[in-house]
Amino acid sequence: MVQALPSADAPAPDKSGDDAPLLRIASVTKRFGGVVAVNNLSLDIRAGEFFALLGPSGCGKSTLLRMLAGFETPDAGRILLDGTDIAPVPPHQRPINMMFQSYALFPHLNVAGNIAFGLKRAGMSGIDIAARVAEMLALVQLEGLETRRPDQLSGGQRQRVALARSLALRPRMLLLDEPLAALDRKLRESTQAELLELQRKLGTTFIIVTHDQGEAMTVADRIGVMDRGSLVQVASPRELYESPNSVWVATFVGDINFIEGLVVTQKGNLLTLRTEEAGTIIVTSTVKPVAGMTVPLAIRPEKIRISSETASSELANALRGQIVDINYLGDSSIYYVKLTSGSVMKVTASNIVRSDTGFFALGQRVSLSFSPDACIVLDR
Amino acid sequence: MGASRNFSRPARIAAIAPYLWMALFFLVPFFFILKISLSQTAISQPPYEPLFDLTQGLEGVKRAAAQLSVENFHLLLSDSLYVLSYLRSIVVAAVSTFILVLLGYPIAYGMSRLPRGWQALVMLAVIVPFWTSFLIRIYAWINILQRDGLLNDILIALKIVSTPLVWLSTDTAMYIGIVYSYLPFMVLPLFATLSKMDASLLEAAADLGCSRRQAFWLVTWPLSLPGVGAGALLCFIPIIGEFVIPDLLAGSSQMMIGQTLWGEFFTNRDWPVASAIAVILLLVLLAPLLVYDRLQRKQLEGRS
Repeated sequence: MVQALPSADAPAPDKSGDDAPLLRIASVTKRFGGVVAVNNLSLDIRAGEFFALLGPSGCGKSTLLRMLAGFETPDAGRILLDGTDIAPVPPHQRPINMMFQSYALFPHLNVAGNIAFGLKRAGMSGIDIAARVAEMLALVQLEGLETRRPDQLSGGQRQRVALARSLALRPRMLLLDEPLAALDRKLRESTQAELLELQRKLGTTFIIVTHDQGEAMTVADRIGVMDRGSLVQVASPRELYESPNSVWVATFVGDINFIEGLVVTQKGNLLTLRTEEAGTIIVTSTVKPVAGMTVPLAIRPEKIRISSETASSELANALRGQIVDINYLGDSSIYYVKLTSGSVMKVTASNIVRSDTGFFALGQRVSLSFSPDACIVLDR
Repeated sequence: MGASRNFSRPARIAAIAPYLWMALFFLVPFFFILKISLSQTAISQPPYEPLFDLTQGLEGVKRAAAQLSVENFHLLLSDSLYVLSYLRSIVVAAVSTFILVLLGYPIAYGMSRLPRGWQALVMLAVIVPFWTSFLIRIYAWINILQRDGLLNDILIALKIVSTPLVWLSTDTAMYIGIVYSYLPFMVLPLFATLSKMDASLLEAAADLGCSRRQAFWLVTWPLSLPGVGAGALLCFIPIIGEFVIPDLLAGSSQMMIGQTLWGEFFTNRDWPVASAIAVILLLVLLAPLLVYDRLQRKQLEGRS
């Protein structure tokens, strides 16, 4: 877990101890007509944290963010900032700022005017505003573009202006609604790194909404995965990937293969299962299934070793199959291996050599193996 | 800027069409008017001295060129009747346009905030008066504004006044008629501008500390100015040349330039002076058009 960093401007007033969250979302529900967008959701976010809300479109993550900004009011539940309910506080009085997906830059104002917009409303003096605008421009590396209008900027520059504008008021919390969705891949990756660096430097609490799991993994300290209005798992990126708590999360975050396994025996945390696809499998597991139960076994494609050697099929955790499809991605290849049982496993292999010896061919017979702790045993 | 651009053949032909239209239906008639304005009245058919008689060859053209006279324009500038008519037209158009903005903006703003289905209905309500002849609608106003008309009946029934007021043949009646007639021309371009405005801009303004009122004046209003400009021009220009409404609803003590022109043409049968009035009117109208064009060009340049 990442420690809360002290804020650059105003250190978080932690009067009630270290574990008091900056933001507490308590049993919040929001309906639109008959549709429940956010369903009885509770979440604590610590000061200085970079938190990502991850989920497919329509899962309610944006609605939750808009409730934090004050553009929507919860139908039930409370939102507490520093222990105070902010429900009656209108958006323009909340110490929270938002960076919009469309950036929402004012087209009639230039870059400096956009960044200074909130500062003027806050009643800062002209000298202070100029200093803050210069500081913000330096922060997002846009010096020299003060007098440009938004329509004279590139997509990446606009994104930076929007970021500078939302940070200019030094909010307690910055909300980012799909901030990088409009950028192309290369720019998105470099911007993710900059965003992370910026957050570390300022110590401001960031809450980002994204449907891109790679983005969430890269920037966030913790990720909350949402589905149909509820948080299904809140965990660090690594925990989320290596130990998803449900079939849904395992499928949504990254690629995964599923096998049904019948529990045969259990010794300590070593579980022996019999599967139709892979014969006998031995896995380490923290969950305690009862012998005789059928459980879903999940295994990530990169955790399967693929080799042309013929391993004995009597061995545990070794399967045989034939390559039926190959996706060559440059740094790695994805092999689709049809097992003797008929089901298809997805396996990724790093392309560590350039010559043909490092690659497998379509139709080639291969053997697959994995270590006992590569598998995830999921609850039904 | 100035880069050579390649257009396909059909695109080029399509681009020529509006110029052809302008040449045929604006430039050629304007040339006739300009020609007549440089001539003198004569008791003949048509009632002015012909300028170009091509039957007499080059000699005739030379003689005609010698006869060209700017006397009509001298008359327009020296006789206060014409100058006052121009001024009254500009004042009436400016005041009407101002009232139209004050009245049209809230209507268009309200329309743009309605749910989609309602927008279509209200839009229909704005357009429906066009289904009746303009002249009939002005006559209806005569009916409403006359001494024992609807307006006085209502005012007396509500005990706001005890005796009927005089509405007809006053400037008030004329302004009512003009504002009524031109309101759709103000509302529609404003509505077009306001309804395509990005709602997230207002949220961003609220997020950065604006109350609703501040957000309107700092974001909505400046962004709707092109619409205000378009609506104002669409009203201001035809109102300057308005003839029917002031003739039917206003008093006869002061005349707008359209009325003066009508009088010169039909009552005095002085076609050359009437034509000269029209030429000057065009020059007067060119000013706001050029200003608007400049503003638009500036905006486009900002975008490229």
